[in-house]
Amino acid sequence: MDKTREKMKRMLEEKEVSAILALRRNHGHPTPFLFTKAEELKDWVADEANRYPLTKLLIKIARKHQSDVIGIIVRGCEERSLVELLKNFQLRQGKVKAIGIACSQELANRCRCDQPFPSQVEEGQVAKPATDFSDLEEIEKLTEEDRFQYWMSQFGKCIKCYGCRNICPACFCPTCTLEDANLIKPGGMPPEIPIFHLHKAYHMADRCIDCGLCEEACPMGIPVRRLYRRVKKSVKDLFGYIPGEKEDEKGPLEFLGDGSYELPGAGK
Amino acid sequence: MNYETVLTTCTYCGCGCGLLLEVLDGEVVGTLPQKDHVINEGGACIKGWNAHEFIYHEGRLKHPLIRKDNSFKEASWEEALEVVVTCLKKIKEENGPDSIAGLTSARCTNEENYVFQKWMRAVIGTNNVDHCARL
Repeated sequence: MDKTREKMKRMLEEKEVSAILALRRNHGHPTPFLFTKAEELKDWVADEANRYPLTKLLIKIARKHQSDVIGIIVRGCEERSLVELLKNFQLRQGKVKAIGIACSQELANRCRCDQPFPSQVEEGQVAKPATDFSDLEEIEKLTEEDRFQYWMSQFGKCIKCYGCRNICPACFCPTCTLEDANLIKPGGMPPEIPIFHLHKAYHMADRCIDCGLCEEACPMGIPVRRLYRRVKKSVKDLFGYIPGEKEDEKGPLEFLGDGSYELPGAGK
Repeated sequence: MNYETVLTTCTYCGCGCGLLLEVLDGEVVGTLPQKDHVINEGGACIKGWNAHEFIYHEGRLKHPLIRKDNSFKEASWEEALEVVVTCLKKIKEENGPDSIAGLTSARCTNEENYVFQKWMRAVIGTNNVDHCARL
């Protein structure tokens, strides 16, 4: 990763960016850090085992430092999430500079990732897409009743930490439905199963870039990514839309459109 | 412009989950579960995810309070400790050490809890010690 480190150093020294958000070795642990000085880059790591939602963390920093151009190290999934955040006005055009790194084949396979590389990579071998929908196929073989039982028993494990929401780079609404006092009374019971899970799946339908951080963050091992992948697949089949792919293409659920997307009988 | 994440341990219960506190320009703005921590492996409960929220909370106690005329008044540490010492001594003399019990906290470190139970046994002279995380 020496070439990438050199590039980061050059960008900081030539003031192309004010800072670069990436992972730093911190007491032996890779943790998110904003590099502002070239000499700090000796502690930079491109860790594969520990992925943090860097693009989401960037929102907070960019909101406070609006005039600065900030660099960020991105993998394939993180670049897709940048596209979504720019498209949805959470980050500003021209104020973010992505520096791409490729994932190893091992990581791509582990993530079952269909695009384990960003559009530009400084160095290294680009891994082959590891598209694998066997997890969905397996569950779609079940009868409707069994499938319902499967999901209800999975959702039943939820301890309502909302970690899947907190870590999700596509979950960025300033006021989350969960925190709207008109919808959910503060101090009362959280929404019942499966309201939250299905609601989030719907919200994510045309934004989910399939990074899998939600499933990694779930302390109860609920296969939430499986649900979002299914919804993402529906959006692709119905509207031919892939989140995170093109910056100038709006998500099909973001606008009313010309009526061509409407299902027969809807709203008429 | 300064942003870093500080490794720490969650103080809410005895699990000891690894957390990262997000610090932006000297202000704590968020919490992330530590991905490579042996206990929580990148997960956290709802309390852990929001562990930073009490730091700047308006309801956070920053000074000792002493009840005077049925309302709490801000006091110095010297005054507060004086009240505690006087009252505990009086109760111990009048009713014996077993009339006092100590309840310590999961928000303290293991070492602080050790010191507390030692103090209850050796100074007060009772085994009445418990802990708020006996869930």
